[in-house]
Amino acid sequence: MPKDTVVGQSTKRREDRRFTTGKGRYTDDIVLRNQTYAAFARSEVAHGVIKGIDTSAAEAMPGVLAIFTGDDFVEVGGNPAGWLIHSRDGTPMTEPKRPVLAHGKVRHVGDAYAAVIAETPEQARDAAEALVADIEELPAIVNMAQAVADADTRVHDEVPSNVCFDWGWVEDNRAAVDEAIRGAPHVTTLELVNNRLSPNPMEPRCSIGDYDTGTGDYTLYTTSQNPHLTRLLISAFVMGIPEHKLRVVAPDVGGGFGSKIYHYGEEALVLAASKKLGRPVKWTSSRSEAFLTDAHGRDHVTKIELATEKDGRFIAVRTETMANLGAYLSNFATATPTFLHGTLMAGNYTVPNVYVNVKGVFTNTAPVDAYRGAGRPEATFSLERVIDKCARELGIDPIEIRRKNYIKPDQFPYTTPVALEYDTGNYDAVMDRLEEMADLSGFEARRAESEKAGKLRGLGIASYIEACGIAPSNLVGVLGGRVGLYDAATVRVNPTGNVQVMVGAHSHGQGHETTFPQIVADRLGIDPANIEIVHGDTARIPFGMGTYGSRSLAVCGSAVVKATEKVIAKAKLIAAHMMEAPDGQVDFEDGVFALQGTNKNVPWGEVALKAYIPHDFPLERIEPGLEETAFYDPANFTYPAGAYACEVEVDPQTGKVDVVSFAAADDFGNVINPQIVEGQVHGGLAQGIGQALLEHAVYDENGQFLSASYMDYCMPRADDLPMYRVDHSAATACTHNPLGVKGCGEAGAIGSPPAVVNAVIDALHRAGKTGVTHLDMPLSPARVWSALHES
Amino acid sequence: MTVNGKPVTRDVEARRLLVDYLRQDVGLTGTHVGCDTSQCGACVVHVNGMAIKACTMLAVEAEGAEVLTIEGLAEPDGTLHPLQEAFNAHHGLQCGFCTAGMIMSAASLLEANPAPTESEVRHHLEGNICRCTGYHNIVKAVMAASGQDVAALAAE
Repeated sequence: MPKDTVVGQSTKRREDRRFTTGKGRYTDDIVLRNQTYAAFARSEVAHGVIKGIDTSAAEAMPGVLAIFTGDDFVEVGGNPAGWLIHSRDGTPMTEPKRPVLAHGKVRHVGDAYAAVIAETPEQARDAAEALVADIEELPAIVNMAQAVADADTRVHDEVPSNVCFDWGWVEDNRAAVDEAIRGAPHVTTLELVNNRLSPNPMEPRCSIGDYDTGTGDYTLYTTSQNPHLTRLLISAFVMGIPEHKLRVVAPDVGGGFGSKIYHYGEEALVLAASKKLGRPVKWTSSRSEAFLTDAHGRDHVTKIELATEKDGRFIAVRTETMANLGAYLSNFATATPTFLHGTLMAGNYTVPNVYVNVKGVFTNTAPVDAYRGAGRPEATFSLERVIDKCARELGIDPIEIRRKNYIKPDQFPYTTPVALEYDTGNYDAVMDRLEEMADLSGFEARRAESEKAGKLRGLGIASYIEACGIAPSNLVGVLGGRVGLYDAATVRVNPTGNVQVMVGAHSHGQGHETTFPQIVADRLGIDPANIEIVHGDTARIPFGMGTYGSRSLAVCGSAVVKATEKVIAKAKLIAAHMMEAPDGQVDFEDGVFALQGTNKNVPWGEVALKAYIPHDFPLERIEPGLEETAFYDPANFTYPAGAYACEVEVDPQTGKVDVVSFAAADDFGNVINPQIVEGQVHGGLAQGIGQALLEHAVYDENGQFLSASYMDYCMPRADDLPMYRVDHSAATACTHNPLGVKGCGEAGAIGSPPAVVNAVIDALHRAGKTGVTHLDMPLSPARVWSALHES
Repeated sequence: MTVNGKPVTRDVEARRLLVDYLRQDVGLTGTHVGCDTSQCGACVVHVNGMAIKACTMLAVEAEGAEVLTIEGLAEPDGTLHPLQEAFNAHHGLQCGFCTAGMIMSAASLLEANPAPTESEVRHHLEGNICRCTGYHNIVKAVMAASGQDVAALAAE
């Protein structure tokens, strides 16, 4: 197969056959012999002291096999935070233990305090409902400002004022930023809320614990984006099961968007219960439980100031944010509002002074952690909204003010004041592409048409940059990360020449089974159909860190390249031996090993076979077999960037906003499978538009979650969204990974919310509502109507 | 009842939902459960030719009915239904979890309306939630499966 015929092609996904015919294998599809079922009793109040749990009625119910409460897990460890944050004064964050089951107190609605194991799911649920818990309700801490202001009302007794950390980035910038803002000719200030979201992968979480009483081995089947990380957390922190005695299998996973990165208590419970009963134990989340317990996203309250010259050149950015952490620290909860957020606050711009302050605040709500974009949407929204407001105040076109401040191509590599080094990019070229594809010059005519139909049309522009391909382990370590963020791949060539590739990344919709073979086929010159990907099983794959942060291709794909190159290097030794030639004189191209300067050659298949039939091998130089493993630790983050244009129509009668056009120009570097990349952008845009217009996880003052069902939480549906125009042709290849790729999974969700909100504000201004400088998401009809009709 | 053309008989509790009957009693796990309020559409199957949400029907209500699930949509010789082909060709699925319901729902649309417009497709699929695709490629796939040229749609 000639080189460059597979990479860059929209190869159809091989996964689809099983998914379109109902033959996928998700965790809940697995039925093990003698399987039992778990159901959880969950707190109905947001905050309370557990005075006692009466299990007697439940114990007597049909089919009940065991009941667990927090008392059963007092001796085991806690689910840790993966990132240690230090406050501005140098003190480390406070880390309250997160138990498997609530003990002593319940801290959010849905907090599990007991579990029942029974013969059937129905019996387990019936018995869980028959548990009688005596919970003395305490005042709920929901609003972050109140949580911080009241030093005595605490989610965790050891955390005064409910502040986990008070982080400054970069603290050394603070005085210079303050000074720059004081002396600036113009300062634009904006206070905004980044609305709380529920991730809502369509597959609810599910876990099956299976303890083998003969061998003492545990197997956990679970809905995870990163089975090795889950194993490590359970083994080293939560339960103390030796890693070699625990196998974690994540079969087909039905979406994640961050929420399936983390280890949850239910996973520990089914393992413990399986050991106690000697039978497999399965728990499947209902959608209601998913709303109450899957880690939420966003939920920032931010004040941002942008200081500029009169001509719009940026001088300084300063932000103060309160980030909701919920009731317990989820695994990446402390990294998301800090290093994944503050480090992006320079955006795509040359802004010499930037300072970010973030307080992480505990509340009696579900834990909050990384959700598609994870910190970068929050940074982008704050910055792109304040830039839009600034442009209006100064009377500068929104594209012009961005172009005026863009980092130019000759400035790369570019180190920002918030300590990232962008390797490459061409933001003007991306904006050129956007202007063309979105037909921005035709906007005025379209606006006039909308006006004739009684609609207010607006245009919103936003740029974004994100740091993906997380992450260089040395940098992560310096910043407080407690894990390495490399990834791993093993390329195993079978004697007949076909190939298995075991990877640490785990697809939950990204199409790795199609894309990764394209990379390998390109290098080996064999048909991708002869390459199989193995993932999602700690017993079969090398230790990898999984799929999140748009990292799979940039990090794990690079490991695949490295392992493939090692295979080729060894195969060349074998080929040289076969051709009775010295090492170093064999070229490999399109599946053929050729001896330089001769017409001698051997094909791939013969070399593969020879590796396993080494009758005449010089064993002191060449081992039998053809299988190599590589770990790849990135040299830097990757920096996808883009420019988005959104056109909305607002119905002045109802306040309803329709997105009538959305164009996304992205720079993802090199692209392996364009169709899959475009699909990732589409999905990200839908989630970003959903955040901007529809979605909101709402808690009332008592900590009751008001929008915890699909009848209350407005998921984007087919008739809420337009066809999108997407383009990734204005690309600059990443300079530091072997594929030149940057990552595309989160972009759409990062760039679209400010584009939508900017468009609605634009529509309101064109309708004469120039006093409306901001509206908080979601831009519901009620909010927009009120803005239009209130003076 | 018959499921995908084969007679199936089981004794079930009165409260057994059709979706649980299909998944747990009959072992057809291609039909999924994505919510508990009849909103997401992951469980759509055909009962006597009509698309229904199998989480909203008791198994006993389907006694004697003809039920078609995603596993029975392709021809017996393995030839895929045009929707199954089109979802692959147009990348109408990512994680695959909503796909069975989405295809079964779209199949009922195409039976009633062989050449739906984009707006008709979107309206018909309003009861099927997909979190991955942003619907763009699902709409394309459904229109392509109905034999329409979606090239212009793609250029929008």
